[in-house]
Amino acid sequence: MADRHLEPDTEELRARWSGFAWTKESAARAKQLIAHYPEGRQRSAVMGLLDLAQRQIGAETNTQGWLPIPVMEFVARELDMPIIRVVEVATFYTMYNIVPVGKFHVQVCGTTPCMLRGSDAIMDACKKRGMHKGHTSSDGLWTLTEVECMGNCASAPMVQINDDNYEDLTPERLDAVLDALAAGKAPKPGTQEPGRHTVEPLGGPTTLKAMVTSNFDYRKEW
Amino acid sequence: MSLQDKDRIFTNLYGYQSWDLKAARQRGDWDDTKALMARGQDAIIEEIKASGLRGRGGAGFPTGLKWSFMPKESKDGRPSFLMINADESEPGSCKDREIIRHDPHKLIEGALVAGFAMRARAAYIYIRGEYIREAQVLEAAVQEAYDAGLIGKNACKSGYDFDVFVHRGAGAYICGEETAMIESLEGKKGQPRLKPPFPAGAGLYGCPTTVNNVESIAVAPTILRRGAAWFSSFGRENNKGTKLFQISGHVEKPCVVEEAMSIPFSELIEKHCGGISGGRDNLLAVIPGGSSVPLVPAAEIWDAPMDFDGLRAVGSGLGTAAVIVMDKSTDIVRAISRLSHFYMHESCGQCTPCREGTGWMYRVMERLRTGDAAVEEIDMLQQVTKQVEGHTICALGDAAAWPIQGLIKHFRPELERRIAEHGTMREAAE
Repeated sequence: MADRHLEPDTEELRARWSGFAWTKESAARAKQLIAHYPEGRQRSAVMGLLDLAQRQIGAETNTQGWLPIPVMEFVARELDMPIIRVVEVATFYTMYNIVPVGKFHVQVCGTTPCMLRGSDAIMDACKKRGMHKGHTSSDGLWTLTEVECMGNCASAPMVQINDDNYEDLTPERLDAVLDALAAGKAPKPGTQEPGRHTVEPLGGPTTLKAMVTSNFDYRKEW
Repeated sequence: MSLQDKDRIFTNLYGYQSWDLKAARQRGDWDDTKALMARGQDAIIEEIKASGLRGRGGAGFPTGLKWSFMPKESKDGRPSFLMINADESEPGSCKDREIIRHDPHKLIEGALVAGFAMRARAAYIYIRGEYIREAQVLEAAVQEAYDAGLIGKNACKSGYDFDVFVHRGAGAYICGEETAMIESLEGKKGQPRLKPPFPAGAGLYGCPTTVNNVESIAVAPTILRRGAAWFSSFGRENNKGTKLFQISGHVEKPCVVEEAMSIPFSELIEKHCGGISGGRDNLLAVIPGGSSVPLVPAAEIWDAPMDFDGLRAVGSGLGTAAVIVMDKSTDIVRAISRLSHFYMHESCGQCTPCREGTGWMYRVMERLRTGDAAVEEIDMLQQVTKQVEGHTICALGDAAAWPIQGLIKHFRPELERRIAEHGTMREAAE
């Protein structure tokens, strides 16, 4: 995590972002998040508010979103906490983008369970399309990151692109997903393995088969 | 006899049916929860104790006993909290995700009965940030439960007020450690606290807190409905119950499946996973409980019972029951080195042995992978892992050390072979 650096605090950055404020929807959500915690413990909402700010900026800039310093200051004011405590949180947790990213943040899982199932080929397929690890493509469409275990190990290898996971990938299946995204379409998230539903064994479940076709109530067999 | 479908707890594990409240109720969730609560706090804790349920997050601490550490009354007005650990990030683990996105009401009902039993005011479910769609399902399910009066004021008409909140993480493995999770929920960096004080005395906001894994909480209502004797009829002594196993890597059909504890490794693989890729003879080694436990060579794992004691007997552990299978095509040194990279990336930076040691160990592992090392460095690496292990606030240092120790223990000849080969190549080049 030590190789994460904040975007430099320049006049241009300030000019662009010091006027940041919640949209109506974000303001309502922020209020709801703060209400999850006891009175006087509003700082607990810092993670939720940073995520909310990142998403709002994402919507404004047509990217996954990121957190410029003036926006962290805004969150600090909202929660009445020192700015450094917000910066600490924003830099500690890897899902906060502290530099600008592209429209699609392609996060390839490279940890051992995915590696065993061919994540090298997935990473290579991304590189073949001109992506570089840690960089955003010149057209602003793609940012490529290798991430640590995403918890989809029984449907590996996988990538997470913005809010959706694409699992059971091959280079060809990944290309199809990326082509669809580039064309402005919404490819089906989840497993890309034909005939697989989620994480049951391929070819159909070995257990709980009655559940496939109906919402079976096993209590009558207790 | 093998586990039958009627004895599986997570019947919608694969999400063929809806997760919503109506469907969950048809499957038996939220069925007269009031009556479960009416048994009283102590009776619930005793039932869970009697069931033999051990924590499903990796450490295997008896769940009922953990609940009993919570204060029975607040002497100073501090409330108690239940925190549910849904920060599933251990490489290989992918079970809590299935519970949350396909059977969230089991978790929410479990939160209520467990929270009630430990006299908690509210439950916080800390879900890892990367589980974005899963968190959306969970939040919607919590809202359904509020709207139906199942949680909130007078939950299930029991007279007990209980809130459930979802807190989203943002990508830090270390927040799965209970005190780091508490720090994170308080809005800070997720760096573990020194213990004592233990969370049951002073946890979230300085209040008594119990942190439990998703699976431990989600199985509680079914245990109460079917009885401790039912749950403890599965598995060997001290290793009771059913368990979600997650099999990844080199099997024909990776999957998540609920099975009885103590099922032999071979049966688990052959019955549900279509066998090892390339057949049994092609098996090299298995990491049976998520990345933090040492690997076990093929010959020792094949007949081992998949439970806490059975895997300890082969020098490893059940952990989260995340079974990472590696066949003979695996570059075993790279497989472990990649885990070393993981721990380097996830070290929170608080304790020097871990912050510096994880990076050092990864760099040596990478040289061992290519053979660009001296034979003596194998022993040096072994000694350094021993200096990291046990010398940090939390167990991440231990978790980083164990996979390497397992590799050296079982694959030293392979490490030496690579060093010798690399040396020969260098001489030839000169």
